[in-house]
Amino acid sequence: MKLTDLTASMAAEKIKKREISVIELTKAYLERIDELNGTIGAYITVCAEQALRQAESVQKKLDSGEDILPLAGIPAGLKDNICTKDVKTTCASKMLDNFLPPYDATVTKKLSESDVIVLGKLNMDEFAMGSSNENSWYMPVKNPLDHERVPGGSSGGAAAAVASHMSCFALGSDTGGSIRQPASFCGVVGLKPTYGAVSRFGLIAFASSLDQIGPITKDVVDCAMVMNIIAGHDPLDSTSVDINYPDYTTFLNNDVKGLRIGLPKEYFGSGLHEEVKEKILDAVKAYESYGAIIEEVSLPFTEYAIPAYYIISSAEASSNLARYDGIKYGYRAKEYSDIIDLYKKTRSEGFGTEVKRRIMLGTYALSSGYYDAYYKKALKVRRLIFEDFQKAYQKVDVILGPTSPATAFKLGEKTANPLEMYLGDIYTVSVNIAGLCAISLSCGFDSKGLPIGMQLIGKPFDEGTLIRAAYTYESNTGKSGVTNCGI
Amino acid sequence: MEYEVVIGLEIHAELDTRSKIYCGCTTEFGGEPNTHCCPICTGMPGVLPVLNKTVVEYAVRAGLAANCAISSFSKQDRKNYFYPDLPKAYQTSQYDLPLCKNGYLEIEVDGSVKKIGITRIHIEEDAGKLIHDESGKVSYVDYNRCGVPLIEIVTEPDMRSSAEVKAFFEKLKSILEYTSVSDCKMQEGSLRADVNLSVRPKGQKEFGTRTEIKNLNSVRAIVRAVDGEARRQISVLERNGVIVQETRRWDDEKGESYSMRDKEEAHDYRYFPEPDLTPVVVDEAWLDKIRSSIPELPDERRKRFIAEYGIPAYDAAFITGSKPLADFFEAAAKESKNAKAISNWIMGDVMKKLNDTGLEPLDMPIKPESLSRLVSLIDENVISGKIAKQVFEIMWDTGEDPADIVEKEGLKVVTDTEEIRSIVIQVISANPKSVEDYKSGKTKAIGFLVGQIMRETKGKADPQAVNRLLKEELDKL
Repeated sequence: MKLTDLTASMAAEKIKKREISVIELTKAYLERIDELNGTIGAYITVCAEQALRQAESVQKKLDSGEDILPLAGIPAGLKDNICTKDVKTTCASKMLDNFLPPYDATVTKKLSESDVIVLGKLNMDEFAMGSSNENSWYMPVKNPLDHERVPGGSSGGAAAAVASHMSCFALGSDTGGSIRQPASFCGVVGLKPTYGAVSRFGLIAFASSLDQIGPITKDVVDCAMVMNIIAGHDPLDSTSVDINYPDYTTFLNNDVKGLRIGLPKEYFGSGLHEEVKEKILDAVKAYESYGAIIEEVSLPFTEYAIPAYYIISSAEASSNLARYDGIKYGYRAKEYSDIIDLYKKTRSEGFGTEVKRRIMLGTYALSSGYYDAYYKKALKVRRLIFEDFQKAYQKVDVILGPTSPATAFKLGEKTANPLEMYLGDIYTVSVNIAGLCAISLSCGFDSKGLPIGMQLIGKPFDEGTLIRAAYTYESNTGKSGVTNCGI
Repeated sequence: MEYEVVIGLEIHAELDTRSKIYCGCTTEFGGEPNTHCCPICTGMPGVLPVLNKTVVEYAVRAGLAANCAISSFSKQDRKNYFYPDLPKAYQTSQYDLPLCKNGYLEIEVDGSVKKIGITRIHIEEDAGKLIHDESGKVSYVDYNRCGVPLIEIVTEPDMRSSAEVKAFFEKLKSILEYTSVSDCKMQEGSLRADVNLSVRPKGQKEFGTRTEIKNLNSVRAIVRAVDGEARRQISVLERNGVIVQETRRWDDEKGESYSMRDKEEAHDYRYFPEPDLTPVVVDEAWLDKIRSSIPELPDERRKRFIAEYGIPAYDAAFITGSKPLADFFEAAAKESKNAKAISNWIMGDVMKKLNDTGLEPLDMPIKPESLSRLVSLIDENVISGKIAKQVFEIMWDTGEDPADIVEKEGLKVVTDTEEIRSIVIQVISANPKSVEDYKSGKTKAIGFLVGQIMRETKGKADPQAVNRLLKEELDKL
């Protein structure tokens, strides 16, 4: 077994027992990146020197007999929309190709305080807008399991890095499925925490009311361990919720007896690929055999989730992305005649097609005369979707369904039809709209050998139950990123 | 035809908080460009705002002082537009749910009292400042003011003349000063007004088309802009012209307004709720706490000054109009037996000095105790009123105590009868002609002789003693 095959918890154990050194482990990952990144394109920036320096200092701590934190010395990657002080943070956009943040995001700070080694910055769809990672200004990311296919998006680089063992774990961000869908396409574990559970300070905003940072890991144990580092109230983020956050590893119990699992009938209708449906229903049977109680539930407003999502997220994006005007940082057009011309050229040249499409969509939705018909109505739908879940949670503890209607598609297959691409988010966007938490984990493969992801959706701040249910499945089936990736 | 002018104001006041509205940067005025800012107030990618609670407290204080209803639940919204001084390309403000609404202030013009409605008071952030290079080709941006907290106060169109506008503005200014919400330093831009104005034939119910004059930053400019714009609109109507609804800029030097005609006119600000901030909730307990922190307001103070210090209503109104002035008066009058004299000094010499030097009452270089001692020195006949003016000048320049000045400069009234008598005799013998005139019944001549004596004593002789002794000596002749 290679060092890079180890999960974070396994590697951390070996580090503590002095079986491996932090430097050795970090070097193994850097070598793996050297070997694979050219093909996969998971990293935009690799911080080899910085990572080695940090590895040395953590190893020193260890050697001096200091107590170290659970994930000390574990190499990880950050999606390139998470600010890292003095390390290029680009959002995979030409607009921020030269942007060096003057500060660290709260999660970046937390990782470094936990002595996690930062390997580099991970590729993504530009400004996190996309479901295939084809919208990166740098290069599309390839699915490590099939290089002709997409890794999903927008945290495509993060999922691909973890699946191809170029990173022990990664932090992604999820606005409408951007952690869960790529985790599903790449056969790894991805958790979107409840809105407000993880600080957004330093996460370059796409849609402020939906964005949430979360872990992409090789297995569920790692997911719980990373959550222990990143979850918690942050006074720098007003939307961060001030409650007591549990030790998520206490939920790593192989026990779902009596757990009520709901299957929303709307998630199993037309549009869901037969092979995906089959594996999800197999997982349902497995849960039943572990002692869970399965019930059908209904989320009647599901069909309105996609339009509401694209209105709300685009509206917020149109405002959040207005600051990229060529004045203060980032790209500025070379030639311009006056300030208006400077804005126009900078933004026309600096943003990619999908970003511009959403800015226009969002600007339109907020315009006077259209606000009530689009934005206000979308907010009403948001409320109704939330109430759908509230009703369902009176009957069940957790909701189970597919993460995505199909497995990873081919590069270029959907780029010509953005609407078709948007419809692939059907099972993930509701979770963001309602501010819930959800985890995606692998539950088998289709006939082409591509991983299929199942999604467990939990009540607000009930990540613990998701971790327990996912851990139970993983423990009984052995299906996780480590064993199934097969590269 | 007779016209009626209809005016409403939108006033921006910078709040006197120590830190900015959404970050910990200082709000201090001045400072080298871009030294009072951080990633948050310069809108760096990924930053988030955190509302400064003191901003809410100050705005609520202003709202309570202006008789507003305070919303227990309000929210903040984004006002989107592109401009280089606005680093996020949106201003965080309040749109449909402001913090304070439905208030009023009472003003008094020509002896009659009138209520001016206040539609709303909301909180928002200030923008930065553009500095244009002399070449005209380059502009620089200074973000120091970005994120300095403001309240915007919007009135009903209840004012009908520049006198009413002036009275309202001054009343509001004094309230903001009294509640310590804003330092109201107009020359630093802490307080500025937009004037909305329309005219209509007297008796007509419908409003005429209004124009908005932006960014007036002195009372004089506001008054002149109101009068000037009213004249302009009336003359347009009298030539059968049409008033265009537009934003205009007032050129105070030329005394006329002109159309701004820029693209700002066509703005659709696309307001929507700020997703990075949670609603502003003011519960009863907090509201009570803020309410109890509101000090005595100008109207109450005016009444109290009349009752407590026995100064005339006019004096009380004048002095209480400015909190620093009223504080100064009260501190001086407390120490004095002659409050009226203190008020005379403030309304006279102190105001003249402030006007001449362009100083704000807050920056007054003399201490209230000093003025009160100066008045005592006069009342106790230690110095004459004329000498007092001299002492006041020195006090203003040096900040020294008046008694010390009198001592050092030897300005004490000469009450020594013998000393005065010898000067009287000296003057009499030096001016035989005037003595002659006096003796022949020209009583005016005595004034000349008194003047000569005072000159000899450098004004320090006790005038009563001079008069008495001069008559005695003349009668002896």
